[in-house]
Amino acid sequence: MSEGIVTASYVGATILFILALGGLSNQETSRRGNIFGMTGMAIALIVTIATVTSNIEILIGGLLIGGSIGLILAKRVKMTEMPELVAILHSLVGLAAVLVGYANFMDPTRLEHYAGVELTIHDIETYLGILIGAITFSGSLIAFGKLSGKIGGNPMLLPARHWLNLGLLLASVYLCSMFIDQSAAGSGLNPLLIMTGIALLFGIHMVVAIGGADMPVVVSMLNSYSGWAASATGFMLSNDLLIVTGALVGSSGAILSYIMCRAMNRKFIAVIAGGFGTTSGGSSPSADVDQGEVIALEAPDVASLLTEAKEVMIIPGYGMAVAQAQHIVCEITKTLQSKKINVRFGIHPVAGRMPGHMNVLLAEARVPYDIVYEMDEINDDFPNIDVSIVIGANDIVNPSAQTDPNSPIAGMPVLECWKGKITIVLKRGMATGYAGVQNPLFFEENTRMLFGDAKASLDKVSKSL
Amino acid sequence: MKIGVPKEVHDGEKRVATTPDVTKHLIKLGFEVAVESGAGAGSNFSDSSYTEAGATIKEGAKTIWEESDIILKVRAPEFNSKLNTEEIDLLHEKQVIITFLWPAQNPELLKSLADKKVTALAMDSVPRISRAQKMDALSSMANIAGYRAVVEAAQHFGRFFTGQITAAGKIPPAKVMVIGAGVAGLSAIGAAKSMGAIVRAFDTRPEVKEQVESMNAEFLELDFKEEGSGTGGYAKVMSKEFIEAEMALFAEQAKEVDIIITTALIPGKPAPELIKEEMVVSMKDGSVIVDLAAEQGGNCKLSEAGIVKKVHGVSIIGYTDLPSRLATQSSQLYGTNLRHLLTDMCKEKDGNIVVDMEDEVVRGATVVKDGEVTWPPPAPKLSVAPPSKAEEKSTDTTPNQVVVEKPSWLGPLVTFLVGGLGLLGLGAVAPASFMAHFTVFVLACFVGYMVIWNVKAALHTPLMSVTNAISSIIVIGAILQISSGENMITWIAGFATTITAINIVGGFAVTRRMLEMFRR
Repeated sequence: MSEGIVTASYVGATILFILALGGLSNQETSRRGNIFGMTGMAIALIVTIATVTSNIEILIGGLLIGGSIGLILAKRVKMTEMPELVAILHSLVGLAAVLVGYANFMDPTRLEHYAGVELTIHDIETYLGILIGAITFSGSLIAFGKLSGKIGGNPMLLPARHWLNLGLLLASVYLCSMFIDQSAAGSGLNPLLIMTGIALLFGIHMVVAIGGADMPVVVSMLNSYSGWAASATGFMLSNDLLIVTGALVGSSGAILSYIMCRAMNRKFIAVIAGGFGTTSGGSSPSADVDQGEVIALEAPDVASLLTEAKEVMIIPGYGMAVAQAQHIVCEITKTLQSKKINVRFGIHPVAGRMPGHMNVLLAEARVPYDIVYEMDEINDDFPNIDVSIVIGANDIVNPSAQTDPNSPIAGMPVLECWKGKITIVLKRGMATGYAGVQNPLFFEENTRMLFGDAKASLDKVSKSL
Repeated sequence: MKIGVPKEVHDGEKRVATTPDVTKHLIKLGFEVAVESGAGAGSNFSDSSYTEAGATIKEGAKTIWEESDIILKVRAPEFNSKLNTEEIDLLHEKQVIITFLWPAQNPELLKSLADKKVTALAMDSVPRISRAQKMDALSSMANIAGYRAVVEAAQHFGRFFTGQITAAGKIPPAKVMVIGAGVAGLSAIGAAKSMGAIVRAFDTRPEVKEQVESMNAEFLELDFKEEGSGTGGYAKVMSKEFIEAEMALFAEQAKEVDIIITTALIPGKPAPELIKEEMVVSMKDGSVIVDLAAEQGGNCKLSEAGIVKKVHGVSIIGYTDLPSRLATQSSQLYGTNLRHLLTDMCKEKDGNIVVDMEDEVVRGATVVKDGEVTWPPPAPKLSVAPPSKAEEKSTDTTPNQVVVEKPSWLGPLVTFLVGGLGLLGLGAVAPASFMAHFTVFVLACFVGYMVIWNVKAALHTPLMSVTNAISSIIVIGAILQISSGENMITWIAGFATTITAINIVGGFAVTRRMLEMFRR
């Protein structure tokens, strides 16, 4: 197939990818966007496969096997496990980038194509592609482990971790120059292998140091890395389609990370440097103050509060995902709506373990998306709310973010549910959230607690309605 | 410690300072509770229900007063005609008495309590801070008074409250004006509203407008600006001009409304006169005025404390015992208020109370401590209105500051300079082919930046899974390598193809699955 047709097809695929992302600007166009994405991918694949001259059976076999595995995964995964799936898929992109980089390096014709400055640049591209790919791979694996509970969610901090990171970085730079020197002479595999090892370690170290509450940032950051890895590979292969697509994905992940950080009022660097929730143990004066007593309720009381209300706001958090309570929440919503009670959902950007996690869960339970609002859309409405129900959320409804400048979460935007008439908090116990901060909301005069597993409690509430 | 609850001796007082329910809680705290026989009769609590709750029933007030360490009462001590003695004389040294005392109005009483070397806590002096809301007996009683005021008004009003269109003709809804939207006023608004009346309310404190409107009542406003909030959430005396404007409004409303409920009180002062005789004359025959301030002189000159009068065809209700007329409810709320106070004073839960003068609530309520008059307490640190305002302000200004903060022009300039120089440097050394790719890369970053900001927050998860799928475009690299002659490279590329295929199909499929779920 002629070079021109290939390029033209790549341009078409690029445009389709951009349209796919653009389609996500609202729910109606999003399905169409996804179809654009699939079409783009199909065009790119077909055109590229058409250029393949030999070993086509391995190629088709690989695609079929991988495709079936992917399809099964996508069908089987529970919506609450979406963060894990996304993390593991990121790791595959990272691994692919590493493999493609090595394959490219091992290509014996490499030295024939490139020489001088071009070779140096090409080597740097290869090196970067493998580096980013390896970090993405190991980091995503650790993130997967943390999200699925196979690895503890608490940040694991090595002593002098910042120096360790710096050391790893310097070592990578040194190895890069070594690799460039040796590659011109035809060798250079050793520095490349050592660097891959370092990058894998770096990825592990980076993610283990990050606490569970910061997982949305990590997941979107790894999303970004997987894009940059693809982009670097594109440079290496002089393939504009890869460059563009990688850049799109990279900037998408970067923006998501930025949005998540802003939602927690944390600096991106601070999240990456890790250690959230480790400094709080008593440094904040309010944590020591006797906060007063909480008022606990039983499920039937909650039900009667709900039926007497006109405006109800539901604030879901990670606890809802853990307890798989989204379906019962939807049922309660429908019961209340049939009683002419206006029910809305208020979603904090970092609720859950992944950007948009709560929206997906609510959508799965068939909660209509036009009653699901973002924090910024809804925060001013709280004074009109009769009853807010906080389901398994803590830090995102913590008033001390606004009132206590010493709090570890000071300045983080929060859902101001305490401004409503009554807030009901569903919690398993009085433990603190991921940030390790006591929540004065629980002790507010107009807050009621409903202790127990969110699903079990809501089942009882639903029965009493 | 032993808690004693004597029967109230005031004429017509039906309330009692504890209920069987509260008794149970007190016993849990470690107290012993003794109740005078028949104390709960007026509130429909029998002696046996107290016994069931764990209290002992004692015959006659004398034993209760003698044997108890803590006396819980509703009314301030007065003359007990049965025993033919002053209740105050029944107190003995070191005893604690908790009741309504009205220390501002009863300086004599404070002195005689001090002479008895007792400790006295006045439930009416519990400071109005948010922590003490659960012990705020004045609010509990005001709530009941407001509700009862509407019930009394309905009793003397010859018509429905709610409007109806029936086969026998149209019934207009009653129009109710509530003056003073404090706890009692709001409670009256709620009760009247739920009976179907058209409710209007007036208050000198503008911040209650929102509360009134939240109950679906109309807030009457003057074309006159003056802040009427005093300390502690109460109203203060207003200027002459304000009062004139207010009077004009009331005169106009009086002609129109059927029922006026006045709840205007200024602490420590006689009630302001708001309804003048000519306004009463101008009201329709059969109208009702309920004057909740009758005991403090009345908001209406014609009202008389304790009775109902018919003047100029208008029934003027001056009952001063509205909470007592709903005795079961009042006793229950008052008893719970007392229990909360005792819980706070009994931190160890061992049945002993500590009169901790460092505790703002206890300090405020304690008017006599071990024979010394400790009233008035230092001014409360917080009132209800100002902090809410301060809060509003602080939340208002923070975003403003962010907006006002001038972006420094130096930062972007430096960034542009460094970025520009970096680009130039790169261009100087890099070959043309690299620069072409680099152009594409930078442009793609910007396109991505623009597109992604438009993505809805609700769709962030699908965004991640779809970007994940398209980042598997890296498969192109693997496909290009698969035809390489080297076996090793072929297999590596094959493996890379397989795992990216997982990603492509998995990513798109799961995105599709998620997007299918987003239904309106």
